Amino acid sequence: MNKIEVIVNRCIGCGLCVKVCPYQAITLIDSPHTLESGRTVKQLAFIDLNKCTYCGACVEACKKYNAIFLQKEEAKIEIDFKDYKNIWVYAEQRRKEISPVVFELIAKAKDLSEKLSFKVCSVLLGNKIKDLANELIYYGSDVVYVVDDPALEEFLDEPYSEVFAWLIKEEKPQIILMGATNIGRSFASRVAAKIRTGLTADCTALDVDLQTHNLLQTRPAFGGNIMATILTPRHRPQMATVRHKVFKPLARDTSRQGEIIEKKFDFSKIKIRTKFLDFIKDTSTKVNLAEADIIVSGGRGLGGPEGFKLLEELADLLGGAVGASRAAVDAGWIPYSHQVGQTGRTVAPKVYIACGISGQIQHLVGMGSSEIIVAINKDPESPMMKIATYSIEGDLYEIVPELIKAVKEYKSKS
Amino acid sequence: MHFVVCIKQVPATTSVQIDSKTGTLKREGVESIINPFDEYAIEEGIRLKERVGGKTTVISMGPPQAEQALREALSRGCDDAILLTDKAFAGADTWATSYTLSRGIKMLSEPADLIICGKQASDGDTAQVGPSLAEMLDIPHVAYVRKIVEVKPGYIKVERMLEDGIDILEMSLPALVTVVKEINTPRLPSLKTMLAAKKKQVHYWNKETINAEEDKIGLKGSPTQVMKIFYPPARSGGERITGADAKEIVNKLIQKLSSHGII
Repeated sequence: MNKIEVIVNRCIGCGLCVKVCPYQAITLIDSPHTLESGRTVKQLAFIDLNKCTYCGACVEACKKYNAIFLQKEEAKIEIDFKDYKNIWVYAEQRRKEISPVVFELIAKAKDLSEKLSFKVCSVLLGNKIKDLANELIYYGSDVVYVVDDPALEEFLDEPYSEVFAWLIKEEKPQIILMGATNIGRSFASRVAAKIRTGLTADCTALDVDLQTHNLLQTRPAFGGNIMATILTPRHRPQMATVRHKVFKPLARDTSRQGEIIEKKFDFSKIKIRTKFLDFIKDTSTKVNLAEADIIVSGGRGLGGPEGFKLLEELADLLGGAVGASRAAVDAGWIPYSHQVGQTGRTVAPKVYIACGISGQIQHLVGMGSSEIIVAINKDPESPMMKIATYSIEGDLYEIVPELIKAVKEYKSKS
Repeated sequence: MHFVVCIKQVPATTSVQIDSKTGTLKREGVESIINPFDEYAIEEGIRLKERVGGKTTVISMGPPQAEQALREALSRGCDDAILLTDKAFAGADTWATSYTLSRGIKMLSEPADLIICGKQASDGDTAQVGPSLAEMLDIPHVAYVRKIVEVKPGYIKVERMLEDGIDILEMSLPALVTVVKEINTPRLPSLKTMLAAKKKQVHYWNKETINAEEDKIGLKGSPTQVMKIFYPPARSGGERITGADAKEIVNKLIQKLSSHGII
C-alpha cells in the first residue's frame, strides 16, 4: 500500500501543507506535542487518508521541516521501453481540413524528437484524405502514416480508436500528441483505455527526460490556479492532449521531404455500433472560439442581445471570435456554443476583450490564461478589472463603438 | 430501461477564493458539491426515466463523504445510489477511475442500457473518464451530447456539439453519453422526492464487492503519476487606461495593442 505519515516530532503545526493540498485532505488538529528540539507546539497536521491521493504536494511544501513521510507503492514495469520509438502527432482533420493545432504539435514534436533522436510521425485517418499528407511533411513531419478508408468518412470514436490502437501496437511510438479539441479528448481517452496507458489532458507545456524518455506533461487544474507536472513512468506509449495556441507552428516549407506510409486496416473485423446521420453547421460562429487569436466577449453588462451585434462587428474587424459569460448565455442573448468558463469552453487567446463581464471565478477559470486581457466595465472594483492587463472604466456602449471606429482608421492607415 | 448516471463530488468553485497575497487557492473550509456538469447528467437520467419508463441509478467513486452527493441525486429523483469507496481506490487517475467505475457498473443486478456522465469534472477538467469508461465496458459512446433526440430499447439518437457545429448520430444500446450544459435545466428536489430519498440507502461497495484487480485501482493502478504540483504566479493587475473622453482612452488602448503586434 501507499504510505503517508506526519512525523510528529517534526511537525510545528504551521499549516503550510494544509494550504497546498489540492484535495483538502489535511487539517490542523489540537494535539500538543514535543519537537526534536524540545519545544512544545499545540497544533499538528492530520492527513485524512480517505481524501489523500498521495500526490506529494504537502511533502514539497514541508521541505523545511521534512515532517511528512511519503512512500508510493511502485507497480512493476512490464514492457521493454526500448521497443518504443518516435513521436506521433494525430493529424486531426474534419471535412478534409487539418486542425491548426496539428501543425503546432508537429513543431513541438520536432523540438522534442531532436533531443531524443526520434522521428516525427503524423497519423492521418479519414476517407479520401491522402493528398493532405504532403501538408504534414511541409510543416515538419518525417513520416506520415495514412489510413484512407470509407469507414473513416466521419469521425466516430469506435472505428477511429480501433484503427489507431492497432497502428500503435504495430509501430510502438514512444509519445503520442493530440490536440485538446472536442474530438481529440474523446478519441484519445478511448484509445488510452484500450491500450492501457496514461493520458494527460490539456497540456500547456511539454518536455522530455533524456534518460527515461519520460514526457514531462504540465497542465493546469482548477482553471490554471494549480499547475501539475504529470508523468507516465511505467507505460508506453505516453499520450497527451495539448491545448491550442501553446506552441508555434513551423513555417510551411515545400522543400521538406518525408515518407508517406499507407496502412490498410480490415474494418469488417470490428464492431461499429455508432452511425453518422447528419451535420448541421453552426452559422453563428465565424471563427472557432478555441482557435481564435482574439476574443471579444460580453456579459451581463451588455444589458441585452443587441450588444452582441456590436461585439460581433468588433470581432469581425479584428478577425476574432465572439465569446460570452454564462449570465449572457442564460439570459438567451447568445447561443451556448459561445460560452466561456467553467461550464463552457476554456480559451487562451492572445487578446481577450471582456465587455461588461464582472469576472466571476467560474468565468475567470475559462479565460485566465489569455496573454492579454482588456476589461471594459463600469465597476472599477470588479474582479475582471483587477486582473486585466488593460482596464477601462466606462460605459461599453461608448467605448466599443469608439474602438470600432479607431480600429477601422488604424487599418486604413496601415 | 435502466439509466445509470456517474457523478463526482468536487470542491465548490463558488466558494474558492484566490488569496491575493500568494495567488493560491484558499482551500480551507471549502464545501463539496456535485460536479456542475454532473447536474445535467442527473437531470437527463431522471427525464429519460420519466419519458420512457424504467429506473435511474446514480454511482460515484470517492471517499465516504461523497455519500452527500449521492443523497442529493436521490433527492432529485434517482432511484438507487452506489458509492464505490475503498482506501485502495485513493489516488486513481482517469484510467483507474474508469476501470473502477466499469467494475461497479458490471456488478449492477440490472444491466445498464444507457450510462450518462457529465462532460468533465470541474476540478480535474480532463473529460476523459466517460469515453474511457465506455471503452472498458466495450460499449459505444458519444461525448459532448447536447440533446437526446430519441431513446428506445436498443437504440438512441443524439446531437453532438463540436467546435464547428452539430453532428447527429445514432448508436445501439447499451451505450454511454457525456452531456454538456445545453442539454437541460436541472430541477430542484421536490418535497415528494426528498421524502422518498430519506428512506433510501446509499450502497457502499469496496474493492472486494466489485471484484477489482489490485493492480488496476488507485494510485498503483494509475498509469499517470503527479510528479509535482505548483502554483503559477498570480495574474497581477495591469494598467488602468484613463483619458478625457472615450476617444482618448481608445487611442491609448490601440497604441498598447499595436505595440504588442496585435492589430
